[in-house]
Amino acid sequence: MIKTKRYKLELIANTLRQDVISMLAHAGSGHSAGPLGLADFFSVLYFHILRHKPKEPLWEKRDRFILSCGHVCPILYVTLARSKYFSLKTLHSLRTLGSPLQGHPHRGSARGIETTSGPLGQGFSVAVGMAIAARMDKTSHRIYCLTSDGEQNEGQVWEAAMFAGVKGLANLTLFIDRNNIQIDGTTDAVMPLEPLADKYRSFGWHVIDCDGHDMDAIDDACAEAKKKRLKPTVIILHTTPGKGVRFMEHNYIWHGIPPTQEQARQALLELKEARKKLSGKSLATKLLSYVS
Amino acid sequence: MSASTLHPKLYTKNLEQIPTRNGYGEALLELAKHNRHVVVLTGDLAESTRVLEFSKKYKDQFIECGVAEQNMAGIAAGLALSGKIPFISSYAVFSPGRSWDQVRVSICYNNANVKIAGAHTGISVGPDGATHQALEDIAIMRTLPNIIVLAPCDFEETKKATRAAAAWNGPVYFRFTREKTPCITTVQTPFEIGKAEILKKGRDVSLIVCGPLVYKALIAARQLMQEKINCEVINNHTIKPLDAKALLTSIKKTKAVVTIEEHQIMGGMGSAVCELLSQHYPVPVEMIGMRDTFGESGKQEELLEKYGMGVKDINTAVHKVLKRKT
Repeated sequence: MIKTKRYKLELIANTLRQDVISMLAHAGSGHSAGPLGLADFFSVLYFHILRHKPKEPLWEKRDRFILSCGHVCPILYVTLARSKYFSLKTLHSLRTLGSPLQGHPHRGSARGIETTSGPLGQGFSVAVGMAIAARMDKTSHRIYCLTSDGEQNEGQVWEAAMFAGVKGLANLTLFIDRNNIQIDGTTDAVMPLEPLADKYRSFGWHVIDCDGHDMDAIDDACAEAKKKRLKPTVIILHTTPGKGVRFMEHNYIWHGIPPTQEQARQALLELKEARKKLSGKSLATKLLSYVS
Repeated sequence: MSASTLHPKLYTKNLEQIPTRNGYGEALLELAKHNRHVVVLTGDLAESTRVLEFSKKYKDQFIECGVAEQNMAGIAAGLALSGKIPFISSYAVFSPGRSWDQVRVSICYNNANVKIAGAHTGISVGPDGATHQALEDIAIMRTLPNIIVLAPCDFEETKKATRAAAAWNGPVYFRFTREKTPCITTVQTPFEIGKAEILKKGRDVSLIVCGPLVYKALIAARQLMQEKINCEVINNHTIKPLDAKALLTSIKKTKAVVTIEEHQIMGGMGSAVCELLSQHYPVPVEMIGMRDTFGESGKQEELLEKYGMGVKDINTAVHKVLKRKT
């Protein structure tokens, strides 16, 4: 990925984080840690990797992105708004009566939501169904599906993994947000998952471990997945829950709660500071490119 | 439908008997001939849900999911959201029994165009025993928004229900049975989702029935005629949405009801009818079905008799409800 592109995506990720904080503080409920940890991934996915047309959300040849871990929907909502699927103003309606932005995503409520999700494991199977349909119709679009690490506790995940592996669904890329936390504590305390990569390998998957905050690494991993012809790929995204807001990082209590107004002010200050540094870097890159 | 459209050999010993599940398999073969989007999924039950021939003839439209009903329901939703018309074929105790949450969220809340075919319903499943006799499926399906719930009464009607499900845009659940079932309807007998059919007109009591027990209701009605009790027999194949108009018209005339089904009394077709009546036209009702108990192994007829779903039980219920009639 060229540097200017990467800085652009980093700026977008910073914007997404600020949007998440503002939206959650306004709503007064919702999940904080997962969405912040996934901002870099969503920036790369929606603004670099996915083939999609926000003005034509049901374009047949679009790549499908299935959010299986529906509880991290704040990051999906802000990403869809910033991609212009709907207005930024809509974000303030999160979790309120009559809003298209339900507490957990509902297909048909807002443009760009591919499937209803929340109960864990379900989106994964739906994505598998879409991958099979694409294969039947010989279409070239890809299916991307995001699951959480706590989600791997669900039996349905392993039913879907077994099926996709056996059928060699190479048009399917699965992501696991490996942030090591779930509601009751760390994933190690609740239900240890390791060796996670080996589990998927033994189910017939191509496995890539990836730093979920390294945009180049995410881009490379997706490109590698695309080259596979016989196996589905799972990209294990190692992320920091609450990334970008120091008092939230790595702390599982932020899994399912929003910041208070005061905490949101503090978080936004920190994110704005980080943005200044990014802009500086971006400007320096531009200048450098002029010089060279 | 009138009595004239029923099978001409209906009350004879030569009446043909075919399992309703056969109608499902045959209808799918017909559908796939004209529609490449019809896809059949099964969870290791191709033969007994009668889709084995389909799996051989339409390999590219068939998906073996293995014994994993939750994943199968999700895959079907993904197929439907991609323009396919998937039919999930399994035993009702597993699908929707084990996949209820997936049916709720991935299929119904998504309003995905998925058809769920529940085989081996009712106590007539017989020797396999209680674990395999689905007696709760109507209850768990009819409480879900967006879904249609059907219980066809015989082979021909199951064929029609399968075709109607394919033509319907949205989730459909329909149930069928394992054992041979009297063929009481013919190719000509009308079938429409949401339209209850009066099979025999009467004025004293309405027998509201679904599934293979429709036959027993007709036999009971014929016997009761000898006692000058004139039963109206209604094939209530669509449990959701109920044909409120047809049911209320009948009930306003007869002012007494017996509901008959191979399902738990709680939450089943009879409950749906009682919900309608209690709000619009309360009359005495007697309910025939499983009485909050599990089944057991045995032969079809033995089980129906032991658990109170035989012709004799219908006669008794009719007498009882007539006594309560004011």
